[in-house]
Amino acid sequence: MPFIEFKNVDYSYPSGDDEYIQALKNVSFSVERGQFVALVGCNGSGKSTLARLCNGLILPDNGSVTVDGLDTEKKSDLIEIRKKIGVVFQNPDNQMVTTIVEDDVAFGPENLGLPPDEIRARVDFALKSVGMLDYAKSGPTRLSGGQKQRVAIAGVLALKPELMILDEATGMLDPAGRREVMSVVKKLNREENMAVVMITHFMEEAVEADRIIILDRGEIAADGGKELFSDGELFSRVGLELPVYVRVARELNSRGMNVGVPLSTEALVAAVAKRIGGAA
Amino acid sequence: MRDVAMGQYYPANSIIHRADPRFKLVILILYLVTVFFCESFFSFGLMTFFVVVTILLSRVPILKVLKSLKVIIVILIITTLLMMIFYTDTGSKPLAEWGIFHIYLNGIYAALKLGWRLILLILMPTILTLTSTPTELCDGLESLMSPLKLIKFPVHELALIMSIALRLIPTLIEETDKIINAQKARGAAFESKNPFKKIKAMIPVLIPLFVSSFRRADDLADAMDSRCYRGAKGRTRMKKLHFRVGDVLGLLFWCAVTVAILFLKYNWFGWAFIQVLGV
Repeated sequence: MPFIEFKNVDYSYPSGDDEYIQALKNVSFSVERGQFVALVGCNGSGKSTLARLCNGLILPDNGSVTVDGLDTEKKSDLIEIRKKIGVVFQNPDNQMVTTIVEDDVAFGPENLGLPPDEIRARVDFALKSVGMLDYAKSGPTRLSGGQKQRVAIAGVLALKPELMILDEATGMLDPAGRREVMSVVKKLNREENMAVVMITHFMEEAVEADRIIILDRGEIAADGGKELFSDGELFSRVGLELPVYVRVARELNSRGMNVGVPLSTEALVAAVAKRIGGAA
Repeated sequence: MRDVAMGQYYPANSIIHRADPRFKLVILILYLVTVFFCESFFSFGLMTFFVVVTILLSRVPILKVLKSLKVIIVILIITTLLMMIFYTDTGSKPLAEWGIFHIYLNGIYAALKLGWRLILLILMPTILTLTSTPTELCDGLESLMSPLKLIKFPVHELALIMSIALRLIPTLIEETDKIINAQKARGAAFESKNPFKKIKAMIPVLIPLFVSSFRRADDLADAMDSRCYRGAKGRTRMKKLHFRVGDVLGLLFWCAVTVAILFLKYNWFGWAFIQVLGV
């Protein structure tokens, strides 16, 4: 049984009087346990709407969303669903509830009514997983954007979710902060076998995923593995830009230097070096 | 400005820091009431002595505590001066007189006591906020007010609102700075000397601040929902408040001080030595 399953989901939200914007049109897909999925699309493609549908923050107009067999439509199952799916949002400043890091991470498990010892153990585990244990007693004002977002991830981890959705969680971070968050997420996926749905418009991050879903104006335009990056046509159609190393490779390929589709700067350098017969 | 959320907390490892915030709050209330019953210079001296001992025990630099008096220094000077020149004692001759102003010996005493009382009233709350984090104070208040749950008073919600407010103060200050800069870049004048113009100039700051606060509130509500928040129902706490023998002893001690001050004021048994001290 798939972990998250969207079946023919429609969703529209009001914009002004009697006008609606159709954010999602007949969307069906599913995510399995342990998968690392990148959900990409340009602004207004319905990415964030999709994230909010996953844990029942909003409900579909038509169709259904089920998580591990539980329908988000059923109110009494919502807590169970939210325990299974953690969501990290874009703005790190708008997710913290208290003035001290460890108290904030404890917020989730406290809501579940766990005994204090268990909460303490989960908080320490979560902070350790994101490498923020040394900051347990700090206030959020002293942290960088990347650190704040790692605390937000810890806050979600403390609920022991089986899947984590990152809704443009790196969108407001500088490159160093983005790398921090990415490496934490990759580690969690690899070591804790936690499924990850990474909503992003940084293609350099999408490249890290096993599976890429491209949303375009509320519809799924493509759903596949890394091979999608060789389809330049598709990317320009949905208004997305390929990562810079793929674009360089495409230029080289079109000029007769066959370097394939490298998925990192290092891979591009290696491919070029191999073609011109030198060492990288 | 960025550390408002931590209050003026001064981290240290002292008995006062470790004390249970609930007891600290109760002692503070007891203390404030007691200060109002101080009448003689002896009782003021006694209270001051205990306040100084508390400051020393808290290991907070004494200057840091005294700094809190800076805020009230103007009020302090004005009220004591007014008390001094308007105090009328019909039973004795004034020491000096200028028209409607006059100074009596008892007037000087009364003014000194008024100023002293104000200082005492400020010092102890300062020690409380220097030695407890806002979270501790919120938890303490929540625990102290928990009997009110019986009359359906939303104690938990109130404590959470307080904690979120404290958390968002520095964020909103940062945001205000940003908006002011953005409006300045668009040519808004904030440096006007005219107070009306100054207030008017704040409108283009306040409106965006309001809008973004609502947006933040929405985001925060989503984040809280996503982390299984469902109100006070079935919620537990990671940090349980524990009181120790020392906390109880501290409370008993301050109860004794209160009784002593009341004795100094009312002298129920007509003891002669209290009459001597009772200036």
